[in-house]
Amino acid sequence: MKLFDYVLSGNCYKIRLLLDFLELSHEKQAVDFFPGREHKSDAFLQINPLGQIPVLEDDGAYIRDAQAILVYLASRYDPTGTWWPINDPSELGRVAQWLAFADSITSTASAARLHDVLGYDLDVAQARAGAHKLFRVLDDHLANQELQGFNWIAGSNPTVADIACFPYVALAGDGGIELFYYPAIQRWIRRFVKLPRFKLMPGINIFD
Amino acid sequence: MTTDNFTQSQWYAIGRLPDFDGVAQKPVRLLSRDLTVSHEAGDLSVKDAEGHSLLTQVRYGHLWTSLSDRPRPLYDMPEFDEPGRRLVTAGGVGVRCSGLRCVENFLDMAHFPFVHTDILGVEEHSSVESYDVNMDAEQDEIWATKCKFFQPMASAAASGGQMTEYKYRVPHPYSTILYKTCPIQEDVWDLVGLFIQPVEEDECIVHSFILVFDDENTDTGLLHFQQNIFLQDRMILENQVPRKLPLDPRWELPTRADASSIAYRRWLKANELQWGVALFNEAA
Repeated sequence: MKLFDYVLSGNCYKIRLLLDFLELSHEKQAVDFFPGREHKSDAFLQINPLGQIPVLEDDGAYIRDAQAILVYLASRYDPTGTWWPINDPSELGRVAQWLAFADSITSTASAARLHDVLGYDLDVAQARAGAHKLFRVLDDHLANQELQGFNWIAGSNPTVADIACFPYVALAGDGGIELFYYPAIQRWIRRFVKLPRFKLMPGINIFD
Repeated sequence: MTTDNFTQSQWYAIGRLPDFDGVAQKPVRLLSRDLTVSHEAGDLSVKDAEGHSLLTQVRYGHLWTSLSDRPRPLYDMPEFDEPGRRLVTAGGVGVRCSGLRCVENFLDMAHFPFVHTDILGVEEHSSVESYDVNMDAEQDEIWATKCKFFQPMASAAASGGQMTEYKYRVPHPYSTILYKTCPIQEDVWDLVGLFIQPVEEDECIVHSFILVFDDENTDTGLLHFQQNIFLQDRMILENQVPRKLPLDPRWELPTRADASSIAYRRWLKANELQWGVALFNEAA
């Protein structure tokens, strides 16, 4: 199994997290996303015509899209069936719903980070405002979950929904987005970093 | 604040050469001024907002310019001409603090175990042994030598922990270079350095490079190692208050480990640098 990886990418970090959580042996191929834009090179477009990372190669097939890779890895390699709860349709529905939400976080909070850290030319005020709207929704949801005794996005245990949402929320400070006003998000981050085999990525503020 | 003479008279890196490939014009900001880089028939030129042409040179993998008509000469790094070395330029990373803060952080070995845990330091070996700091009066630059630090993974080529010997050089208010023991070849130094582009007094773009002997890692592997380390620093740098460099001794208490930082601040003061410096009464 091989991950086409960029060390500063939150979307690649999602896959690194799940590979570690599931203790799956794998190799990484470093992609020069910045400054080399290798993900837009002809060679890489053969692997993913969308020119995006991460890509996972397993059993001779390429899987693209961070959320899709999470679903694939959890369905295939999680013997506990908890990260992608295939046997519980209502929980599965909630997980899928928050996977889509994670994509919106990428298009806002991650965009602000690309602007501030790597100098991408985009409307950073709009990206930050979009991220704050989503974080308000996530913070309210996490607070409600806590009131019902649930520590995680979809229920009582972490799922791929938590992994999908975690990186660009936790890295928001890199893009000038303060998490100060989101106490439930801060508590969720503190719980997340205590998961067994969790590895920190630079830019994450743990709020301890 | 207008730029002081010392700041104004320097050369500044404003991008890697490949950053200007395929772009006819690219806006850049330097010392609170809007500039435009033009790329015509393979030639790079830089103009200010009034249309005046600025001096340029291509060196160390980057395009450099100056707001001065008679800048101080750009410092020499003869290692760039040595055969067998590999140069990896890591691209510009934006940081919301004075570039002077970035230089000072780079010089500070005491942060290794806590910011670069298990890579450039481990918490059990957090003490900084004393080292020498000298002014090279002829070149007007600072050297910190005989720096020793235990590092679990000093570079991408390191295979295990080692006592790494360091030399630090500050030849320019916004540049600093680290010379460190090469893990695979004796009696040579690997170089890691920062060319900082001061954008505003409290904002900068850090262009970094590594120039090493390494026959094991790919360029992209070296790049990932370097970028990962720098993003660890970035978060610390952005949390410093004030964002400009506090030069007033009333501010932060120096310790022995800060000897190179003290020398750096003293050197900036001696050269009457003011741009990017916090005033004691404005931060309170």
